[in-house]
Amino acid sequence: MKFVDEFRQPELITKAAQEIRRLADPQRHYRLMEVCGGHTHAIYRFGLRDLLPENIELIHGPGCPVCVLPMGRIDDGLSMTERPDVIFTAFGDMMRVPGTHGSPLEYKARGADIRIVYSPSDALKLAQANPDRHVMFFAIGFETTAPSTALTLMRARKLGLHNFSVFCNHVTIIPAIRAILDSPDMRLDAFIGPGHVSTVIGCRPYEWIARHEGKPIVVSGFEPLDMLESIVMLLRQLKDGRAEVENQYKRVVPWEGNRAALKAMADAFRLRPYFEWRGMGFISQSALRISDSYAEFDAEQRFSVPGIRVTDPKAAQCGEVLKGVLKPAQCKLFGKECTPETPVGALMVSSEGSCAAYYNYEHRKQLIGV
Amino acid sequence: MCLAIPGRIVELLPEHENLALVEVGGVRRKIDVGLLTEDPAQAGDWVLIHVGFAMSKISEKEAADQMRILAVLGEDEAAMQEIEGYG
Repeated sequence: MKFVDEFRQPELITKAAQEIRRLADPQRHYRLMEVCGGHTHAIYRFGLRDLLPENIELIHGPGCPVCVLPMGRIDDGLSMTERPDVIFTAFGDMMRVPGTHGSPLEYKARGADIRIVYSPSDALKLAQANPDRHVMFFAIGFETTAPSTALTLMRARKLGLHNFSVFCNHVTIIPAIRAILDSPDMRLDAFIGPGHVSTVIGCRPYEWIARHEGKPIVVSGFEPLDMLESIVMLLRQLKDGRAEVENQYKRVVPWEGNRAALKAMADAFRLRPYFEWRGMGFISQSALRISDSYAEFDAEQRFSVPGIRVTDPKAAQCGEVLKGVLKPAQCKLFGKECTPETPVGALMVSSEGSCAAYYNYEHRKQLIGV
Repeated sequence: MCLAIPGRIVELLPEHENLALVEVGGVRRKIDVGLLTEDPAQAGDWVLIHVGFAMSKISEKEAADQMRILAVLGEDEAAMQEIEGYG
């Protein structure tokens, strides 16, 4: 109960933890997957596992956008920096992600014009300010960030810009969950649904998980109490033999999602027939491309993108960790060749990656003998 | 990137139809409110911000809770860096 003093409402936390123990059948082993990387980070930070009985296992899901991007896409994006007029822009999270010939940061050190932006609209402004250069925005993220890219594309068209493009790597969460459920080495009992992705897509897209797969799913907030309450809700469903979509995060997530955001995405993007995910292989209809009406801003059409495929380093087991088959520390490279300072796999780069979260909160504790 | 940053809309700006001035932890920056067209943003509203765009309206209490969560997760500095980075 390391971080319990920092929790607000400690009496409610204790109550929820007691309720979890009461509901959990000691004869049963529960495998619950938190889909979102933000939840993974919070679970480690709050030491939530210490509040749960041994037979409740939390499996970390694929909801970290930096982590699921295959190395080939990073190489493809970086290949555009060979053109001297190109300014490569990306979120800070991307900067340390290793490509075959180095990370964006290392490319920058070698002279490529690579800049961090905090918003796609800042990449657009950079294009306006540099009319003799071409600004390419390396777009990543699930449905939380895709609508912002969509609005930026609309704005670029409205402004009539000719020196701006987007290298689109947006992915969608539902097909990833489907791929995990279809994976033969995966056995899950229920899902903790993502919080902020659901502000956009709402709760309806999860209904098939309950209806057709028979798995409960509860959309959850990020407070320790939120996550414990969500686990209570999941255990109640499992106890009653129900499988439903429930919304624990009603104060932020509307059941229908954000219709304006969904509309913007529908206008600017089309589903790709398939897309490669790091460690998970090709997943059909799991990513977005730029729709034909915005083709002039599609970096993949403007530049000849090599379409590089790179297999993950053999020793790194990112795929198994991403699917929740292995725990971070069970990977052969964990804490040895692969650390947050020298990441081999992307799960060690982002604070939302389960390897970085595990390393920063659990592994360091063990190293200093706490 | 999963975690949103809470802010308060100070005013809507005339530069383009979706631009607003937002305040986060004493820092004022421009953000886009074009994803809130179903329930348009007004001065004084609290919103959750993702990569420079307001994603949803929230209560003042929820905003305070979200800021505290960011602090406890050690993401508050990164969040402020993001806000300050908006051009």
